[in-house]
Amino acid sequence: MTQLALVIDLNVCVGCSACVTSCKEWNTSGSAGPLVDERPYGENPTGTFFNRVQTYEMGTFPNSETMHFPKSCLHCEDPPCVPVCPTGASYKRKEDGIVLVDYDKCIGCKYCSWACPYGAREIDEKQKVMKKCTLCVDRIYDMTMPEEDRKPSCVKACPTSARLFGDIHDPESAVSVAIREDGGYALMPEWGTHPSNHYLPRRKTKMKIHADELERADNPLKLDQQLPKPDKDQSTMDDVSAW
Amino acid sequence: MRYTNSGQLVNLDAAHDEFGMFVRTEVPEEEGCYDPQNKLWWDRNTNKPVVTHTEGADPFLRGEFKLADGTPVKPAFQLLKERVAEYTPEWAEGVTGIPADTIKRLAHEMGITARDQKIELPIAWTDSWGKEHDTVTGNPVAFHAMRGLAAHSNGFHTIRALSILMTLLGTIDRPGGFRHKTPFPRPIPPCARPPNDPRAVQPNTPLDGMPLGWPADPDDLFVDKEGEAVRIDKGFSWEYPLSAHGLMHNVITNAWRGDPYKIDTLLLFMANMAWNSSMNTSEVRKMLTDKDENGEYKIPNIVVCDAFHSETTAFADLILPDTTYLERHDVMSMLDRPISEFDGPVDSVRIPVMPRTGECLPFQEVLIELGTRLKLPAFVTADGARKYRDYPDFIVNWETAPGSGIGFLSGWRGKGGEKSMKGEPNPNQWEMYAKNDCVHHEVLPRSYQFMRNWNKGYLEWSQRNGITRYSEPILIHLYSEVMQKFRLAAQGRSITRQPPKHLAKRVETYFDPLPFYYEPLETQASDKQKYPLSAVTQRPMAMYHSWDSQNAWLRQIHAHNYLYVNALTAKNAGINDGDWIWCESQWGKVRCMARYSESVEPGTVWTWNAIGKAAGAWNLTPDANESQQGFLLNHLISEELPKQADGSRFSNSGPITGQAAWYDVRVRIYKAEEGEPKQTSPQFPPMKKYPGMKDAPTWLAYLAGARKKGGAK
Amino acid sequence: MKPAFSVIFLTTLIGAAQGLFLALFTHQSYALFGLLPMQSDDFYGYGTLIVMVLLAAGLVASFFHLGRPERAWRAATQWRTSWLSREVIVLPAFMGVAFLFGVSHLFGIRPEIVTLPGGQVVDLSLLLGVVGTLLAFALFVCTAMIYACLRFLKEWNSPLTVINYILMGGSSGFILAAFYAVSAAPDQADFFAGWAIIITVLALIGRVASLIRNARLKPTSTMQTAIGVKHPKITQRSMGAMGGSFNTREFFHGKSDSFLRAIKPAFLLLAFVLPLVLLAISLSTPALLGLAFILQYVGLLAERWFFFAQANHPQNLYYQTVG
Ligand SMILES: Nc1nc2c(c(=O)[nH]1)N[C@H]1C(S)=C(S)[C@@H](COP(=O)(O)OP(=O)(O)OC[C@H]3O[C@@H](n4cnc5c(=O)[nH]c(N)nc54)[C@H](O)[C@@H]3O)O[C@H]1N2
Ligand SMILES: Nc1nc2c(c(=O)[nH]1)N[C@H]1C(S)=C(S)[C@@H](COP(=O)(O)OP(=O)(O)OC[C@H]3O[C@@H](n4cnc5c(=O)[nH]c(N)nc54)[C@H](O)[C@@H]3O)O[C@H]1N2
Ligand code: SF4
Ligand code: SF4
Ligand code: SF4
Ligand code: SF4
Ligand code: SF4
Ligand SMILES: [Mo]
Repeated sequence: MTQLALVIDLNVCVGCSACVTSCKEWNTSGSAGPLVDERPYGENPTGTFFNRVQTYEMGTFPNSETMHFPKSCLHCEDPPCVPVCPTGASYKRKEDGIVLVDYDKCIGCKYCSWACPYGAREIDEKQKVMKKCTLCVDRIYDMTMPEEDRKPSCVKACPTSARLFGDIHDPESAVSVAIREDGGYALMPEWGTHPSNHYLPRRKTKMKIHADELERADNPLKLDQQLPKPDKDQSTMDDVSAW
Repeated sequence: MRYTNSGQLVNLDAAHDEFGMFVRTEVPEEEGCYDPQNKLWWDRNTNKPVVTHTEGADPFLRGEFKLADGTPVKPAFQLLKERVAEYTPEWAEGVTGIPADTIKRLAHEMGITARDQKIELPIAWTDSWGKEHDTVTGNPVAFHAMRGLAAHSNGFHTIRALSILMTLLGTIDRPGGFRHKTPFPRPIPPCARPPNDPRAVQPNTPLDGMPLGWPADPDDLFVDKEGEAVRIDKGFSWEYPLSAHGLMHNVITNAWRGDPYKIDTLLLFMANMAWNSSMNTSEVRKMLTDKDENGEYKIPNIVVCDAFHSETTAFADLILPDTTYLERHDVMSMLDRPISEFDGPVDSVRIPVMPRTGECLPFQEVLIELGTRLKLPAFVTADGARKYRDYPDFIVNWETAPGSGIGFLSGWRGKGGEKSMKGEPNPNQWEMYAKNDCVHHEVLPRSYQFMRNWNKGYLEWSQRNGITRYSEPILIHLYSEVMQKFRLAAQGRSITRQPPKHLAKRVETYFDPLPFYYEPLETQASDKQKYPLSAVTQRPMAMYHSWDSQNAWLRQIHAHNYLYVNALTAKNAGINDGDWIWCESQWGKVRCMARYSESVEPGTVWTWNAIGKAAGAWNLTPDANESQQGFLLNHLISEELPKQADGSRFSNSGPITGQAAWYDVRVRIYKAEEGEPKQTSPQFPPMKKYPGMKDAPTWLAYLAGARKKGGAK
Repeated sequence: MKPAFSVIFLTTLIGAAQGLFLALFTHQSYALFGLLPMQSDDFYGYGTLIVMVLLAAGLVASFFHLGRPERAWRAATQWRTSWLSREVIVLPAFMGVAFLFGVSHLFGIRPEIVTLPGGQVVDLSLLLGVVGTLLAFALFVCTAMIYACLRFLKEWNSPLTVINYILMGGSSGFILAAFYAVSAAPDQADFFAGWAIIITVLALIGRVASLIRNARLKPTSTMQTAIGVKHPKITQRSMGAMGGSFNTREFFHGKSDSFLRAIKPAFLLLAFVLPLVLLAISLSTPALLGLAFILQYVGLLAERWFFFAQANHPQNLYYQTVG
């Protein structure tokens, strides 16, 4: 069975938020939209977004690190947000595992958002229905688009290719390979929600340099004949070995 | 050796007029804006000086030699080695705070990677000396420095040092290395020169020369007989000789002071000079409205061409409402920073995607109209008739010289669009760009894609296509004669122009043919006890300078900014995370909020650039976070350094290039008093709306492409 | 969590209604077996009217919680999985049965159904009373399980949540019944007050037990599991929304820690201790029962506020710093 998901490479993400705005742009114009913004030009502007990029710091200077961390709905394989919904508006698609909200059924009770440990759902304060990442379901199957565009908007927008998209149940897919080979992990595994979206950890490229590597075979010092030479009158083996 | 001037012999006879210059032979060659190959190597095989690149020669890189006439010489590399000897990792640790061990590790990683991780690509190419190569060697080490170094007044030499390091690692224009993009590489310095005589500027006469360019020696400076600046920004003067970009950040101050001259009208285009494009923003705002003893404005007329409700428009006598880039034609031309790729030249255009939303006109059209009405030669025929209908027409038909075939756009030239780079104007060029996603990309043959400084095929292609004048190899300058020429002039030992006395020392000091370190000029002139911290900015990735706060989505990401302070530094100053604090330099102070960070070095504080806005600007409500909690570091940065002994002031810029030293300022921080307003300072009276400007809606729900909903609740 | 006033009113109002219904029917059952004097139909009928008023008020309040109340009917469809859906079904069912119970008393429609071996006659009102009782308990369970079933809201995820909803609803219902009885059947007030004391004491024990339990909870999710980084020191520098978002509004109580600390003794005093004192005194001065009910109701509002505010949602790990 198919389970579509995003795999986000935290080693590559630079925190530019291009995925945030491209997500909003696509989804406010698509079947999930429009996504409201309140006080768009006033104090404390706020609005509905499906994807946010956060920043964390680990450690203490100078042994510190900064990590940018995009988060949208993780399309859990066992989504706690779905069974609690009283109307059936929240559902998980059998065919591809995408967790969606049917805006025509949703009564805006917010209960599903309480049931999501990841804070991935946001109510649209204008339409008063619950919204969340749709995995761009109205894009990835749109046959009027060229094939290379049938990917989530955020994936297309990412300038560093930190976002991969594919079927994590297909062991040969790029996302499965990335999860397998680059240590893909899920958020808050302790709740057994089995998020489909995975994150690839930050990786340090460290070189191990051996002392002998610091010697150059073609040392320019040798070339320019400037290696220090011992004084001629210093003692050598020549003086003592008789054979 | 062959690719740089490292083996070239430098004249070290201190008494000689050519001291510090490369020794030249009598090889007769046309001199142009390129390095003729008339310098010497000291050949290891014959132990004699030979003309560089002599077949079979093997130049010494190190050592000390005497020419036949007794002139002492050293290879440039030897001088470089002597120069950098004192710059040990331990020394650098003291300047940067980066542990010497880390610096050594990085050095080892770079060196070993460059040496041992080379790859060979089967790409045959021919070098400038006719030698065939079967492969190109790739070398996966590269780094890039931009504002972080350039915006310090010692940045020129730092960046030079980095470039030299990459050169020594052998990564220039190699696979995995520091790659060029057309039109680069160009001769060092490139051929374009600014005018060098005040007579180039005459009333009712077009400027005789290029407005910007690259001076190659003191005679290229734009100064008068006394050696004083001609331009209002003092670009290309002895103060800032190699200011290839001009010194925009000084124009208002200079104009206000009438130095070097008074102006009647200041036209500002696409630069938010009353806010974040200026240093010393509060004072600059005063200058824009300051009056002289007679009650006349010091800068009588201000024309601002802007597309938005920027802080600067508030100071305009006349606003020329520009179109936005969605509403007009534009070119990212091969003649000015094109968007080229590593594999070949790329240029691009914009074509309007929506009708103009207001009473506005593309500024390009205004310029063409003005040029035509003023009968500037580029815009009228010999008999004074209009040459270009409008901007698109101008872009298609203008050529660098009649019949040159070189114009703004390199794609689909020639009558039917069959030519690339060069060719007659094509009346359907815009349509052809439109059909090709507005981009023209010419992919060079693989053999032209690497080693372009010395790639015969590429350099000849570049010359044939009118990109560069010469196809001579472009040797990398480990040792800069250009710099030495200015130094000699400053020492009074040149046949070129020489700087006025009060500038001689400055030019002599900073025009060093080899990179060296000096403390940034402002730091030198600051009380480091009183102002112990360096304050810098960083561009927020999600925002473009001043104007993205109008975007309802982006401003939810960056509604205001904090001053990021190392947690320990903050705690020592009694400051808690999120506290209101004062950040003060010798020039002024701002009240802002502090945010702890473990990623910032304890002696530095930083904030996002240009998130803070003036109240009411950009059609934000006066209580918007940008003006109430956001702040601009520019209030703390002076556009000029403290007074010299003689009362004169230098710009707060690099002494070589005049690059604005945005990141040199020193500050101290302390907690705001209990009871002070929880609001950033300084504050300015809220900007007013202009006639026709609508009130901001209280909610928005865009359905892009279809309709826009929004309004009062 | 952010205390939602619609939900606070809903749960406290229907809790009292359920409790009152249970009190009335307990009385009727006692009377059936002759343990108490059977009261007039009016006593039970008008009492049930109060139940209906409280239920209706709760229902109205609940609609304020919905973004799209016009679609509320849809909420009845997912009873297989959703406790909220179950509540949506059980609440009107209980209302309906309570209504019929009241009608059967007020209009004397009490056809006999069966006679017990002991000679007690089971009539319609009694049957409705039994069904209503079951539904009242079911409703307590549904309402409480809405909160108790959320695994990661550990403060709620406990049987104590269900027990306490029942006990607190029962307590306020029996106090209300006692107060009602003061005017409608003064000699029965002590019966209700006596039960009220017992239930209130139990409710106090239950609530204190849950406070003690919650004070000892250790969060399962940490910064480390939230972002998947194994570093002992992780600090959020930016949550990616400077003007706030749904996630910063819905899951934070927005009050200071000291406010939270002050609310706890306040609600213990108001909802349990003071009513107990007043109930004790009321055995001699019944007029105080009204005051007891009002004080306790205010206390229960505070209790419910605290119930929400104390619940720490793991999503809050992701929304800590404006930057
Ligand atoms: N998103 C976005 N992109 C832009 C722009 C924008 O406004 N927004 N503006 C465009 C323009 S006009 C320009 S000029 C470029 C500039 O592009 P960059 O040069 O990348 O500019 P900044 O991000 O401001 O980077 C300055 C960095 O240098 C660091 N720094 C400061 N002092 C030193 C130092 O002494 N040594 C080192 N090593 N680092 C230092 C600062 O901490 C900061 O991280 O960006 C262009 N691109
Ligand atoms: N403290 C600090 N200050 C800095 C820097 C820093 O690093 N630190 N960086 C400096 C640098 S490198 C730069 S480049 C400057 C840039 O700073 P600004 O000059 O403020 O940059 P922009 O945001 O590009 O906007 C300039 C103006 O162009 C207007 N505009 C936008 N589109 C159009 C258009 O289509 N037509 C017209 N006519 N106008 C338009 C905008 O409304 C705005 O008023 O900031 C400098 N200031
Ligand atoms: S991340 Fe949250 S909203 Fe998305 S499927 Fe999982 S539980 Fe549901
Ligand atoms: S808010 Fe909508 S989707 Fe969420 S639980 Fe309620 S009805 Fe279901
Ligand atoms: S998949 Fe689509 S809806 Fe989800 S975060 Fe990406 S762009 Fe937004
Ligand atoms: S667009 Fe890519 S790099 Fe930028 S924040 Fe999103 S994931 Fe990170
Ligand atoms: S050049 Fe690239 S990063 Fe910069 S604005 Fe354009 S698309 Fe974005
Ligand atoms: Mo810039």
